[in-house]
Amino acid sequence: MEDVMSIASNSGDDIITKEVTLNMGPQHPSTHGVMHLILRMQGEKIVKAEPDIGYLHRGMEKIAENLLYSQFVPYTDRLDYLSSMTNNLSYVMAVEKLIGLEIPERAKYIRVIVSELSRISSHLLAVGAWGLDLGAVTLVLYAFREREMILDLFEMLCGARLTYNYMKIGGMRGDLPPGFKEKCRDFIQIFPKRVDEYEQLLTGNRIWLQRNKGVGVISAEDAVDLGLTGPSLRGSGVKWDIRKDTPYLVYDRFDFKVPAGGNGDCFDRYMVRIEEMRQANKIIAQALEQIPDGPVNADAPEFVSPPRKDITTNMEVLIHHFKLISHGFKAPKGEVYSSIEAPKGELGFYIVSDGSEMPFRVKIRAPSFVNLQSVDPMSRGAYFADVVAVISSLDPVFGEVDK
Amino acid sequence: MEEKEIEKELPAQQYSLLVKKIRDRFGGAILETTLFRGEITHVVEKGALVGICRFLKHEPDLQFKFLSDVLGVDCRKTLSCFEVVYHLYSIPNKYRLRIKVRVKENEEVPSVTPVWRSADFAERETFDMFGIVFDGHPNLKRIYMPTDWEGYPLRKDYPLTGYKDEYNPFGVEKV
Repeated sequence: MEDVMSIASNSGDDIITKEVTLNMGPQHPSTHGVMHLILRMQGEKIVKAEPDIGYLHRGMEKIAENLLYSQFVPYTDRLDYLSSMTNNLSYVMAVEKLIGLEIPERAKYIRVIVSELSRISSHLLAVGAWGLDLGAVTLVLYAFREREMILDLFEMLCGARLTYNYMKIGGMRGDLPPGFKEKCRDFIQIFPKRVDEYEQLLTGNRIWLQRNKGVGVISAEDAVDLGLTGPSLRGSGVKWDIRKDTPYLVYDRFDFKVPAGGNGDCFDRYMVRIEEMRQANKIIAQALEQIPDGPVNADAPEFVSPPRKDITTNMEVLIHHFKLISHGFKAPKGEVYSSIEAPKGELGFYIVSDGSEMPFRVKIRAPSFVNLQSVDPMSRGAYFADVVAVISSLDPVFGEVDK
Repeated sequence: MEEKEIEKELPAQQYSLLVKKIRDRFGGAILETTLFRGEITHVVEKGALVGICRFLKHEPDLQFKFLSDVLGVDCRKTLSCFEVVYHLYSIPNKYRLRIKVRVKENEEVPSVTPVWRSADFAERETFDMFGIVFDGHPNLKRIYMPTDWEGYPLRKDYPLTGYKDEYNPFGVEKV
């Protein structure tokens, strides 16, 4: 308060502005959660922006060390809670790599479909909330209309709308229910037109352009150096997409493009997200076309519990199921790192196993956490209002930042 | 793992670039090389860490310009030391590599923030969770836990429910 008073009382030709420290958050509508940003400002200009995080820290990694491998899957839902599916995927893929388990084709396709749907729903919220922060309130309502359709699809799959816990080590909790494919096809038919609608609202909008073009610029070299991943990195023109460069699941069988920007400003990051939604839609269409019939769980009794039907009819199977659930399985000694292209960037799990039923160490490489480092270089020298655009363009989710 | 075994299992180009080249160049500073599920890990000497990192980043046919993560592992029971692990990625070559250093308790590790700026938050997190000090880090302070927090939560001797105090009645009594 004293700082503000001293600025106000300065008069005359040479106005000396004193550096002001402003606390933005932790409760602030446009910091996307509980982020506390300590802004050092000269008047309206940002000198330094320092994120202060940890308000949502739950010690996920410590919890993981004390649980069986399969018991940690529901916890991953609570990381990036806007796209739980991809969190599930990254974790189960890491465990499957550790134990050397190959999953059936159909499960791979289902995983692709749900993670691309997840990508769309996450980007919808990212762009919607971004519009909301910059005053384009209509967009978030439009975006939620389509997000609702995706959540309905997920509800069909697993009964949940936020924390899905749909994937398990070695496969899926259930096959696609009847009617899912048709409903999903309806969605991908409608969706491209809806993206056009968003673009009509924003892409040519003069206010949107003024608020985003040339704001939060970061060069390709700096973006790589700062560890940016996902749409935020591709906005700077670095075409690195894990789905394309080191394909996992069955991504190498689909025809899709990796959009990239040229200037590395907020507007490019917006355009990348819009285009990624279109590409994700294309991937889902191809996956629905190609998906084969067959089992959705690997035939590996030591890791995957038997089908429900057998559990209720066969005593030995029931005992086996009980043992697997209560004691878990032993993983070989070693260490693996497995990462996927989550909607926010590279989501990786590093698991160290000491040969027991519980992981010795789990490290979550959360994209939002690493991306947050660029808030400072992006907003230095910009105006206070631009910080809001910068944060929105990075799309941090605090469940993931704080773990 | 023997170097010959690694050679057999890896594609020739990966072996010559990611194993042979680095081992030839740094010789004694590479203490151990392992391969598990196709992932190469080099355990390196603490003093040579920054030099190796600079080499990996700037060597034209490696180009590990992307530091994915830095983390700690508490191996005091088995190896009586902490491990600090660096995950690197080379965007043009699509290689991944893991570098490890082993440090005793109360020993410092040279910071790699001068090599990759992305190490900033990750090293702070490792300090916060394990108490490993990174020498040369520009802003080494706790990142998740409050600044006045006592103890390092991810160490194996730190209880899962935390220590008992006025805010945490279910914690473990401090001895």
